[in-house]
Amino acid sequence: MANEVVDHGRRRFLTATTAVVGGAGVVAAAVPFIKSWEPSARAKAAGAPVVADISKVESGQMVRYGWRSVPVFVVNRTKEQVATLTTKDVESRLKDPNCDVTSQQPAYAKNPHRSIKPEWLVMIGICTHLGCVPDYKPKVGPEPFDPDWKSGFYCPCHKSRYDIAGRVYDGVPAPLNMVIPPYHFMDDTHIQIGVNPKGAS
Amino acid sequence: MAGAIARWFNERAPGLAPMYRKHMTEYYAPKNFNVMYYFGSLAMLVLVNQILTGIFLAMFYKPSALEVFPGTSEAFASVYYIMRDVDWGWLIRYMHTTGASMFFVVVYLHMFRGLMYGSYKKPRELVWILGMLIFLVLMAEAFMGYVLPWGNMSFWGAKVIISLFGAIPVVGETLVHWIMGDFSPADATLNRFFSLHVVALPIVLLLLVVLHLAALHEVGSNNPDGVEIKKKKNEKGIPLDGIPFHPYYTVKDLFGVGMFLLICAFIIFFAPSMGGWFLEHDNYIPANHLVTPAAIKPVWYFTPFYAILRMIPFKLPGVLTMFGAIVLLFLTPWIDRGQVKSIRYRGTGYKVALTLFALSFISLGLVGAEVTAEAIPMIFGANADITSIENLFGRFWVLVYFGFFVFLWVYTYFGLEKTKPVPERVTTHD
Amino acid sequence: MTKRVFFSIALTLSLLVGAVSAQAAEGGAELMSAHVNLKDKASLQRGARLYFNYCSGCHSLHFMRYSRMAKDLGLTEKEVMNNLNFTGAKFRGHAIAAMHEADAAKWFGKAPPDLSLKVAEKGSDYVYSYLNSFYLDPERPVGWNNVVFPNASMPNPLWELQGLQVAEKGKAEDGSEVVEHLKLEQPGRMSPEQFHEATRDLTAFLTYVSEPAALKRESMGIWVLLYLAAFTFLAYLLKHEYWKDVH
Repeated sequence: MANEVVDHGRRRFLTATTAVVGGAGVVAAAVPFIKSWEPSARAKAAGAPVVADISKVESGQMVRYGWRSVPVFVVNRTKEQVATLTTKDVESRLKDPNCDVTSQQPAYAKNPHRSIKPEWLVMIGICTHLGCVPDYKPKVGPEPFDPDWKSGFYCPCHKSRYDIAGRVYDGVPAPLNMVIPPYHFMDDTHIQIGVNPKGAS
Repeated sequence: MAGAIARWFNERAPGLAPMYRKHMTEYYAPKNFNVMYYFGSLAMLVLVNQILTGIFLAMFYKPSALEVFPGTSEAFASVYYIMRDVDWGWLIRYMHTTGASMFFVVVYLHMFRGLMYGSYKKPRELVWILGMLIFLVLMAEAFMGYVLPWGNMSFWGAKVIISLFGAIPVVGETLVHWIMGDFSPADATLNRFFSLHVVALPIVLLLLVVLHLAALHEVGSNNPDGVEIKKKKNEKGIPLDGIPFHPYYTVKDLFGVGMFLLICAFIIFFAPSMGGWFLEHDNYIPANHLVTPAAIKPVWYFTPFYAILRMIPFKLPGVLTMFGAIVLLFLTPWIDRGQVKSIRYRGTGYKVALTLFALSFISLGLVGAEVTAEAIPMIFGANADITSIENLFGRFWVLVYFGFFVFLWVYTYFGLEKTKPVPERVTTHD
Repeated sequence: MTKRVFFSIALTLSLLVGAVSAQAAEGGAELMSAHVNLKDKASLQRGARLYFNYCSGCHSLHFMRYSRMAKDLGLTEKEVMNNLNFTGAKFRGHAIAAMHEADAAKWFGKAPPDLSLKVAEKGSDYVYSYLNSFYLDPERPVGWNNVVFPNASMPNPLWELQGLQVAEKGKAEDGSEVVEHLKLEQPGRMSPEQFHEATRDLTAFLTYVSEPAALKRESMGIWVLLYLAAFTFLAYLLKHEYWKDVH
């Protein structure tokens, strides 16, 4: 068929250029499809900051709030519970007593009580093992799963245990402390979950 | 590297390379394809677009007619959830809605090409029949897709089209209720249409497309001269007027794809509703079973057939005539007895008849789209009798539509056609 | 027969020509041109202010979030929450009417329609004309009528701004009474020109609301078309190069 000499260089160049330009187009066209999977405006609206009214939460009581479709525990810890957090007995049984894994809490909650105010714990109540919601076990004293229980959280799924600041015990399946979400006190009786305190990030 | 990969596959699936050669590098297509021959590959492109965008829309759409707030169904709300709340959802939906209309643009031109160059004639009857089946399934697919947003046109369109089956004697009413799963289009209807639209019909469509192509590649492509290129081969058995599909037609179709996408992108980004032709105004109102839209009309691609239905003043005959319009297209290979394929060498009678047939299709489209009814007062004055002028006009073109097939049979069966000599080899190419 | 064929062909051609113009002239009354400009953010902001002061009491925008509006119109959260959101709805929530739908149905005969998609359904010219075509009509239950939408059950929400219009009626060819002209009987707080501008802003806002993506769509489209033009040109060169083989 070919009577003339085929310019293979030009042919190769044009094929490569068209392929690259076309390929770039396909990649660009894929972007909207990939982005469509991101949380939608509805999901973001549902994940908006939540205000918790804590005026009626009694000492030792825990209440749950839904934020971004996950349960947030708000606990008004008793003096006895807070006191357990700094005992040698508890600290020696924890994986990460000093909260060195920074992804698990904001900097302002990197302290033994893992909170802004020692008595108020605000924590995402999801076990770091496989995502179950642990039970709140406030009693300081023997429990069926631990004869020397110092109050805290117990995951019924695979028996992971946490202290009353959500720090994980050593020797259980869960690898990390439970997550403290960003939150701040709007006033003495209202906590906003999802927003850092002014000046903190 | 590429060679190693090819070897790896060749050792494990020795049939792949020969299959690739059969359909691409050693599929010899006539070298004289003109612009009418772009629409087959473009139809494939639109099909891929519809499947991809459809998969993503199905991730966000909810086929539920239950109310989320007074007067608005979850389905309707989910469409506008896609349009507003989902990142880039508007683009994905416009690609799908524009694709639906462009599918019919491309398919109608593809079919007209077949009529122009006699691509339905022996030995390609099977290709034509499979193509017509694709067209039928595509119509069902488009209709059900149109119902999904559950706007007021969706609802009333569903009601009217499903009611067509009510024209069938004895079982009609039972059949209508069976299709709806209720006594009016309802949640059950929407749910089953969703399932058919996204699962059942696409599978059938894909299967038919594979068969359509396989049948085509058995007999080889026709061309604007209607010459069988396989009759003249060189010593290697390659048709003298044939060129390998790949690379020649892949690069040519790539250019066609570019032009086509330019048109599509213009519509998607600058006129997604096409002034009410692609997305109808009344479908921005949620489905309301108490209020019928001022003008119930299907989307433009169904309007020619819908006009035939409306122009026949009796229910069952109207429905039968409408389906007859499609059945006759199925039978075209046997109605047309002429030996000459291409319109280039056919008699003047065929040229005139095909032109009139195309005009009848467009005119009936205008009748079905209510354009005629709107234009009559502007042409004949405000006091014109819209109904009788429209009926006169519409029925004339119904006669032309069916007359085409009668004429075609008489013209060719009794040897009235004066054809020109068909050349031995293809004449021109661009 | 020949005559009939000729007649029909002529009709077809004239219809094809008429088709486009027929699309524009829908409905009874002649519509005014809205000439909205979605790129004019200030106009959209003024329109939003009018909407939330005069319309949002009865009408909802079930598909419009305050937060989206703030972002698209260049407003801050504070501005929206203080100046536009009067229902105490959340910033990320939808702009839903203060009035309960059941009450509305009782007071007006039917619930005021959601306006999220009104312009998409009716066109901006219709909405603009509608807003300008209210007149006093003691025969109607609410005391108002509208030329564009006769016997609408909605009173003129903007009468303080526009003033009061009355209809000057004439006789149609068939003898029925038709509104020939609207006369401003008592001026409002705005001059007619100012009122046209205000309703244009309001229409622009509702046009934006009916398709928020439109703001982004066209500016993006240019780039897509440019890219496709470049690609098509390359594909043409490639085709031309390969087809040198074909004779």
